[in-house]
Amino acid sequence: MARELNVDLVAADRKIWSGSATMVVAKTAEGEIGLLAGHEPMLAIMAAGQIRITLAEGKPVIAETTQGGFLSIESDTVTLVVRDATLIS
Amino acid sequence: MGAQLRVYRQKIKSAKTTKKITRAMELISASRIQKAQQRVAASTPYTRAVTRAVSAVASHANIDHPLTRVTEKPTRAAVLIFTSDRGLAGAFSSGALKEAEALTVRLREQGQEIVYYLVGRKALANFNFRRRAYIREWTGGTDLPQFEIATEIANAVLELFLAPNEDGGVDEIYLVGNEFVSMIIQEPTTTRLLPLEVVEQQAVSDQEVFPLYEFEPEADKVLDALLPVYIENRIYNVMLQSAAAEHAARQKAMKSATDNADKLILNYTRLANAARQAEITQQISEIVGGADALQTVDED
Repeated sequence: MARELNVDLVAADRKIWSGSATMVVAKTAEGEIGLLAGHEPMLAIMAAGQIRITLAEGKPVIAETTQGGFLSIESDTVTLVVRDATLIS
Repeated sequence: MGAQLRVYRQKIKSAKTTKKITRAMELISASRIQKAQQRVAASTPYTRAVTRAVSAVASHANIDHPLTRVTEKPTRAAVLIFTSDRGLAGAFSSGALKEAEALTVRLREQGQEIVYYLVGRKALANFNFRRRAYIREWTGGTDLPQFEIATEIANAVLELFLAPNEDGGVDEIYLVGNEFVSMIIQEPTTTRLLPLEVVEQQAVSDQEVFPLYEFEPEADKVLDALLPVYIENRIYNVMLQSAAAEHAARQKAMKSATDNADKLILNYTRLANAARQAEITQQISEIVGGADALQTVDED
């Protein structure tokens, strides 16, 4: 069993989603990035686009942001901070 | 019914009506405080994440960013005043305005020129009445702050801060608003928004050691993007605090108004009873006096 990521997806006025996942895919200012457990600490600017969070059961949680934000990962904790976001599924 | 008695009854009726209104307002505020506090709590994860990220970048890179640069001799400052849209909240708005006034005096002594940004109808009314100038105002929705408004305010002040001094740019930006300390205490406070105080960021980072982050794109670009978000968040936070404080202040004010109405009703009821009794006593003595008079006529 691979290690899992702790993911927090927060918007300015509320927490949108939080839980554990196997992979997070987000769009940064430089392009799409996929994060797995064990990734080195990173702080990146996020651009508008989709955020895909793949759960252990294989079902993805998809959120959409139109204004972007930033993401940080350290010791398998991913924090996605966006101004606005909506869960699509 | 005697004239005096009628006057008292009238006053009791009017105090009762007022009491109904103030009681209702008290209850409404009480329920809204809960909601306002929940909103503050809901925005906490975001605040924490943003603050952490800023601290991480600040502790990593030797920051020299326009937003953190302190001007040696500031010549102009902007003051943002957060008040409420509606009154009947005790000293809520006047407290913030007084705090702003004190700050103005302090800054003037340092030789600074001051420009104002107003949030809330009460600040606007105050400035209009005193015929004082302000640059921009935002009214409506102070009891339910929206993040979009915070973004708008942030953009406006950032633009002002980054503008050169000759074009009306400012060197310092202050926020004056009420802080929600507890249900009973709301304190008008002043915080400096810009230039950002790096000391504060280091104090946060002292508590934990940040890992060596990799930045994408570069650290200063990340900082460029982060700081406005941080400022926006600070402003939003002050607005949320102010909203919670407003409801708490209103509840307190309305509670004492209801209590005062109760006291008035009690006093007037006693006065009315005394007046009624006096009237009856007078009538009895008139009847007795009349009967006595008739008896003496009969005996003759």
